[in-house]
Amino acid sequence: MTSLPQDRGTTSLGLVIDLDVCVGCHACVVSCKEWNTGGYGSALSDQHPYGDDVSGTFLNRIHSYEVVPEGGEVIGEAGQARIVHFPKSCLHCEDAPCVTVCPTGASYKRASDGIVLVDETKCIGCGLCAWSCAYGAREMDLAAGVMKKCTLCVDRIYNEALQEEDRVPSCVRTCPANARHFGDLGDPRSEVSIMVAERGGYDLMPEQGTRPTNKYLPPRPRISLADQQPAMPLAENTEGARGFFAWLDKTLDRI
Amino acid sequence: MHPAYSMIIFTVLSGLGYGLAVVLGLGGLEPSLPSTVLAHILALVLIAAGLIASLFHLGNPQRAWRALSQWRSSWLSREGVMALGTFVPLTLNAGLLLFTGQSEPILGYIGAAGAMLTVFCTSMIYTSLKGIDAWHSALTPACFLLLSLTGGVLLAACFAPGTRLLAGAGLLLLLGAMASKLAWRRRMLRNQPLSTPESATGLGGIGRVRLFERPHTLDNYLTREMGYRVARKHSAKLWAIALVCAFLLPAALLLLSLALGGLPLRSVLVFAVLSHSVGVLVERWLFFAEARHAVMNYY
Repeated sequence: MTSLPQDRGTTSLGLVIDLDVCVGCHACVVSCKEWNTGGYGSALSDQHPYGDDVSGTFLNRIHSYEVVPEGGEVIGEAGQARIVHFPKSCLHCEDAPCVTVCPTGASYKRASDGIVLVDETKCIGCGLCAWSCAYGAREMDLAAGVMKKCTLCVDRIYNEALQEEDRVPSCVRTCPANARHFGDLGDPRSEVSIMVAERGGYDLMPEQGTRPTNKYLPPRPRISLADQQPAMPLAENTEGARGFFAWLDKTLDRI
Repeated sequence: MHPAYSMIIFTVLSGLGYGLAVVLGLGGLEPSLPSTVLAHILALVLIAAGLIASLFHLGNPQRAWRALSQWRSSWLSREGVMALGTFVPLTLNAGLLLFTGQSEPILGYIGAAGAMLTVFCTSMIYTSLKGIDAWHSALTPACFLLLSLTGGVLLAACFAPGTRLLAGAGLLLLLGAMASKLAWRRRMLRNQPLSTPESATGLGGIGRVRLFERPHTLDNYLTREMGYRVARKHSAKLWAIALVCAFLLPAALLLLSLALGGLPLRSVLVFAVLSHSVGVLVERWLFFAEARHAVMNYY
């Protein structure tokens, strides 16, 4: 049944992605592809992997953006201007349009934890769910002819054969900068919910009315280089000198 | 959006077929004429050919029957159910006419209603997608319905040359379809996009957002499927071609047909249908190719 679940509990599993921390290393892209090509459903195929026109199915991709405030083009005075590395995968929306447009019932949202999944044995590969997703979270696998998407590593997070610390999505486990966090965003006391509350975590494209579960933490404010300059250049400042160096500073001043 | 040929052929052919089915269902053609049986068969062939073409864009067409199950939420599923359901009255009536020489008006009305509902469902598949601003408008179903009816009436006119009622209805529908399509395009060109790179990344509070580096060097499924670009100079020319072929030329030919008689009359009407179909094919290509998807805010 591809209507959204009516009996949704309070649990909403999802990711919190810290844009202040992500260094754009693409390690999560690689670990996601590696785990999911051998896990849930059919493999994530590549087309012409050694040819001229390389392409393939990925469930997680990293974009990099240049963000420039008004008048921020001046070097040294740019302030907030920066490069932001931006990981993007399925947001497991509460009002997921990809679920309701599916004609076969292959696309569904789980009542128990809110994860949006595709039953590949029912998918006819019409591609309408990918069209309905404003975030580009779904990619058709050209070899299998079925829609692939982030499963939130549903085959890891409940897997008791794995060590406790491995029961998180592959991208979260692998992130060397700790920019990705996994948890229950439906529970206001969970670590991820507290993080979102403290840092002002936000939804992507709220105007699309999809109510995403995943949240993004904004880059922390920065001070422009011009504003960071102390009144006296650092090399000229001897205020903090103590002991022998304080004596030396005073003596040299007298000479 | 990528203009897939299977989708363009499907919507154009089945649109023509359903339009013709409406005219037949409402008794627009004299049932006693042998050519009317031919018109019934042509409507069914056009619809079936369109539906078969639509299967070609599926990754797993062998499971297409599953698409009939989710009519509660999915317009694509509703379209499938309506398309198959409408075959019943249309085929029954064609059969009745072929074997008994008489069609059943009630079946005709049901078939006509089903045909319009099917076209409506098709248009709602596109209209319901909020991430594609150009399609997300009440004008989209209006254009689909009017274009389907117009094609049907023009096609029916070929089977009954010299019928003033059909020619008049054709002229009115051509005018209505052109007006709705002009309004649709005007809205598409002037509409402010719902989402921007700033809202897509949530970084608008800091400043203007510009893509610095793509996630990969070459195209992927998303950029191929949603990132289709058509050069503005070409789209303007194609739109002019669509306007002339789909509306203006058929209207002129219809007017000419009212002044003519005999054999040239039918060839003029056939030419009007051909011109209209080519125009609608171009229109449908532009419908896909010019629509911008919200996901392109990330690329």
